[in-house]
Amino acid sequence: MNDASEAVVAFEDVWLRYGPDREVLRSVSFELPPHSFQFLTGPSGAGKTSLIRLVLLSLAPNAGRIRLFGHDVGAIGAESVTALRRRMGVVFQDFRLLDHLSTYENVALPLRVQGRGEASYRAEVMELLDWVGLGHRVGDRPPALSGGEKQRAAIARALIARPELILADEPTGNVDPPMARRLLHLFVELNRMGTAVVIATHDPSLLDQVEARHLRLEGGQVDVLDPTR
Amino acid sequence: MSATLLPRDDPSSRALAAVIAILTFLAALAAAGAQSVATRSVDWRVKLTRQATLQILPRPGQDFGADAERAAALARATPGIAEVTALSRPEGERLLAPWLGTGLDLSDLPVPRLVTLRLSDGADLSGLAERLATDLPNARLDDHRRWVDRLAGAATGLVLAATAIVGLVLAAAALAAGFATRGALAGSRDVVEVLHLVGASEAFVAKTFATRFLRLGAAGAVAGTAAAAVAGLLLHALPVGGGGALTGSLAITPSGFAAMLLPAALVPAVTALASWFGVKRFLGSGVR
Ligand SMILES: Nc1ncnc2c1ncn2[C@@H]1O[C@H](COP(=O)(O)OP(=O)(O)OP(=O)(O)O)[C@@H](O)[C@H]1O
Ligand SMILES: [Mg+2]
Repeated sequence: MNDASEAVVAFEDVWLRYGPDREVLRSVSFELPPHSFQFLTGPSGAGKTSLIRLVLLSLAPNAGRIRLFGHDVGAIGAESVTALRRRMGVVFQDFRLLDHLSTYENVALPLRVQGRGEASYRAEVMELLDWVGLGHRVGDRPPALSGGEKQRAAIARALIARPELILADEPTGNVDPPMARRLLHLFVELNRMGTAVVIATHDPSLLDQVEARHLRLEGGQVDVLDPTR
Repeated sequence: MSATLLPRDDPSSRALAAVIAILTFLAALAAAGAQSVATRSVDWRVKLTRQATLQILPRPGQDFGADAERAAALARATPGIAEVTALSRPEGERLLAPWLGTGLDLSDLPVPRLVTLRLSDGADLSGLAERLATDLPNARLDDHRRWVDRLAGAATGLVLAATAIVGLVLAAAALAAGFATRGALAGSRDVVEVLHLVGASEAFVAKTFATRFLRLGAAGAVAGTAAAAVAGLLLHALPVGGGGALTGSLAITPSGFAAMLLPAALVPAVTALASWFGVKRFLGSGVR
């Protein structure tokens, strides 16, 4: 069912609208090959975040078929939704950190909701927090973090469970160029180890740094540009 | 470092703990009261069935004291009667004092004479009744059966009423927990959504809420039960009615105190269950 050549995400004639006069995707079809790395670009309001929400199954398309890791997600139950989400890591554009938990607890959340005991993941979480430069802020809660620090915490949370697919929505929007480069290389590194990566971004400078596939979303359509071919 | 996944208790969940405390208090008192009455009524019934009374009514022109002596002799001759005590006239009059007051001259009143019988196993009361009927028609044998039946009926009624109260309390606790869960879910919709998006199952979220409500229910139940226990102890100390028998009947027996533990255990369990079902229903209705 899940052989190595199967697309991790496949959209087939997908339509999405928020009400009668706000059509976001019009007959969109594309595939994300396994282990691929791609940027998702498009003007503000083009539908990048909406597309990511479709993949994350927090939104359902109005028409069309979406397959994740070979599973048709058209009519799956809550348990399968949970199982598929555990194979993905998402950096939300608005972070969606939980303000009542510490940075450490936020990052550990995907492991904790899988029922893992703290002793089994504590060292991993601390190491990743160190890596993204938050080692000194583990006990602080998100409201006490700067925009860039929140962003890094959100990235760490997306990576901690070693997902097969990472969806990052503007992951470098709030950090300075050196940190942006560092984070981008973290994603590249994860991709080398086999993780498929989608980075939604406005930032053209990122595109110049990595040779990667490029999904361009505009006017409800997705164009795939692949310089690696 | 392993703080609760849900935001800190909001005012409405603290109100729930208070409601649970009050409900548990009432249920604990009801259970303890019923258990105490049930225990006592068994004691009383045992005592009553081990006793019988002969009443000798005055007959015009007859020696009343001699009648009492004959009745006592007949009783002594009956197998299974361990002890026969003929109360003297002053003793009989003293029994009437609570109703008639002291200092009254009863010598002209036709006060019945009493003979009390202590029964052992296999007392032949019907044989005695027959002999009395032929020899001493003015003697009446009371085997206390009427009182035993009435006591048993009253005790059963009280136990049923207490069971109903405990049942109603559990239903009220379930309703309150259901509403509080909905409130908490609505208040932490964002948190629940994030939990789902990072891979929490519905069962995990339901368990998270149920655990919170189990904790709230347990805190409320402990407080309510403690208050009920204190109230029970105060009842012992209160000089109710002055008479020993009356105070004794109001006080909560040791098994009554033990019965308080039943609502204390059931209320938190019901609270957690109601919350768990509430979350499952809420999530099942499409909120993800
Ligand atoms: N929940 C919603 N209800 C109604 N309209 C929505 C909703 N979410 C998004 N939209 C609309 O859908 C369109 C696409 O939004 P989306 O957030 O996907 O764009 P985006 O490409 O991520 O934009 P940005 O680059 O600014 O983040 C926009 O016109 C937006 O207003
Ligand atoms: Mg967006």
